Amino acid sequence: MSTVADVMPGTTPRWLRPVLTYAIAAIALVIYPLIVPDFWAFQIGAQSLFLGVIALSLMFLGGYGGMVSLAQMTIAGVAGYLVAIIGGNSLNFGPAWPWWAAVPIAIAGGTLAATLVGVIAVRTAGIYTIMITIAIAMAFFYLAQQNYTLFNGHSGFASILPPHVFGIDWRTPIAFYFLSLLVAVLSYALVLYLSRSTFGIALQGIRDNARRMRALGFNVTAHRVAAYAMAGFIASFGGVLLVWFNSRISPGTVDTGPIFDILVIAVLGGMRRPIGPFVGAVIFVLLENFAIDFIDRERFNTLIGLCFLAIVLFSPDGVLGLWDRLTVLIDRAGAANRMLQRPIGNADRTQPAATGRPIPGRR
Amino acid sequence: MKLFVLTFLNGLTLAGLYFLVASGFTLVFGLMRNVNLAHGSLYLLGAYIGFEVGDRTGSWFLAVVAGFLSGAIFGVLLQILVFRRMEGQELRQTMVTIGISIVAADLMLAIWTGETYQFEPPDWLYGGTPLPFVKIYPTIRIMVLVVSVVVGVALWLFLTRTRIGMMIRAGVDDRGMLSASGVNVQRVFATTFAVGAGLAGFAGVVGGSALSISPGEDTRYLLASLIVVIVGGMGSVPGAAIGALMIGLAEQFGLAYSPTYSVVYTFLIMVAVLAIRPQGIMGRA
Repeated sequence: MSTVADVMPGTTPRWLRPVLTYAIAAIALVIYPLIVPDFWAFQIGAQSLFLGVIALSLMFLGGYGGMVSLAQMTIAGVAGYLVAIIGGNSLNFGPAWPWWAAVPIAIAGGTLAATLVGVIAVRTAGIYTIMITIAIAMAFFYLAQQNYTLFNGHSGFASILPPHVFGIDWRTPIAFYFLSLLVAVLSYALVLYLSRSTFGIALQGIRDNARRMRALGFNVTAHRVAAYAMAGFIASFGGVLLVWFNSRISPGTVDTGPIFDILVIAVLGGMRRPIGPFVGAVIFVLLENFAIDFIDRERFNTLIGLCFLAIVLFSPDGVLGLWDRLTVLIDRAGAANRMLQRPIGNADRTQPAATGRPIPGRR
Repeated sequence: MKLFVLTFLNGLTLAGLYFLVASGFTLVFGLMRNVNLAHGSLYLLGAYIGFEVGDRTGSWFLAVVAGFLSGAIFGVLLQILVFRRMEGQELRQTMVTIGISIVAADLMLAIWTGETYQFEPPDWLYGGTPLPFVKIYPTIRIMVLVVSVVVGVALWLFLTRTRIGMMIRAGVDDRGMLSASGVNVQRVFATTFAVGAGLAGFAGVVGGSALSISPGEDTRYLLASLIVVIVGGMGSVPGAAIGALMIGLAEQFGLAYSPTYSVVYTFLIMVAVLAIRPQGIMGRA
């Protein structure tokens, strides 16, 4: 059924909107690394993408599952450490297997670790989740720091490089950008698909009312653990990219700072939609690289902490929440204008309101 | 045998320190359902301010008082300026405390740099005290143990024998009912926060005297508090004592007998408790 707004000149039909958005985004993301200097493709572009992937895993758990886990960076770290130990490093520690063996093992190991975290964390609910996951994450940091037989203690591992495949050196900035983009797009699509799958709908039901879902015959615990596993699977990919990007991994990678950074990124962007973490990651990486122009490099944490506080205090849905409110205001203003310009007899008071884009709900 | 007794004593003193920090954390959580992840920052802030006061006045006792007061004042400010405005929104409160702890850690690093500070306790605390099996044991560590036991008993008396303690316990059980019976709940909250945060600052000076203070200690004691209250049960002071004993001993015995995996023991205790009694040893379901 076509509404007045659909056939009005100057406005696009509703079905075309997402198609256009995706097309424009795809073109922009592909052209971007080709026209900017390497620094922007690698340091800004690729880093935003894989940090966004790790934060996306938190958004999936927190936004759809209602479980805010602070162990997502730890899961990424587990996958990163596995790549470093299995896939070869400067210390010649571990078997030094090729990438096609090391990466799947790292992903599987990260997913397994995430499942275990899930099994532990779902014993309690609500605010306890954050406490238990933060305890697990910090314990892993201290373990990596004190253990030399497996994690090589304080110094960790170095010279962990992405492989040469299909004759391409995936370490070059543009190639690495496209690798990160591929992972980001697939993770994004996976989360979108999951959110609309039976599993995802049940998970959101559990988030909203676990008791009712249990009464309906759903296995609440199994759904929650599965959500942790799924999020861990996504975070592991981010972890592999992270360790290739830095070409090294040490306990510092999974320290309290980075653990909180992932939460900051997800909250900054907004936890309600899968695009939020990527928006947050871009803001975070830009601030990290360019805050030096405004403040002392050493005080970056104060700046990002204050940004985080401002978002939590004033816009709990992150930057995307601000954007939504803005578009609703603009749409409303436009609708009001159109209503004023229309001949009085023809004015249907319910119609203009319907053209306003609905506020994306918790859905 | 000597190693065993020494490790046991070290475990006890560490447990005492953990109890001092975690009892405030668990009290605040029990009453306000507010996970204050800036609790470790309160510990470090109390230690630094205590150090400054001790350094300028030359009195260690004033340093202890300053540690308690700075923690208490900062805690009350947090309660009045932040938490009161978002009551009932647990997740948001927790995130705010994370933001505060990030900023606080960075600002403290800016002011006091990355150096390690050492307190100068009074002379009678220096040196050692003869004990069976270990010949001699640092007096200051014995002092930590004594202080934590005294604080624990005082806290217990405060909670069970005083009017305000009664209100706090009633608030832990049923906040709405307490408010309905005509008690100014906000004042009870502020008092609890002052005591809890003050204890963290106090522990900062005591712990800084027995060990030392440096950046990163905030997360160490935050982790300890988290695990202690998860193990002991939220909102229970006796639970915090039991949890602190288990974690302190596990950590020291782990460090003594398998140094590269010691944190695993702490972790396993937490997992075991969660598996058998998710609400914690002394926690209520």
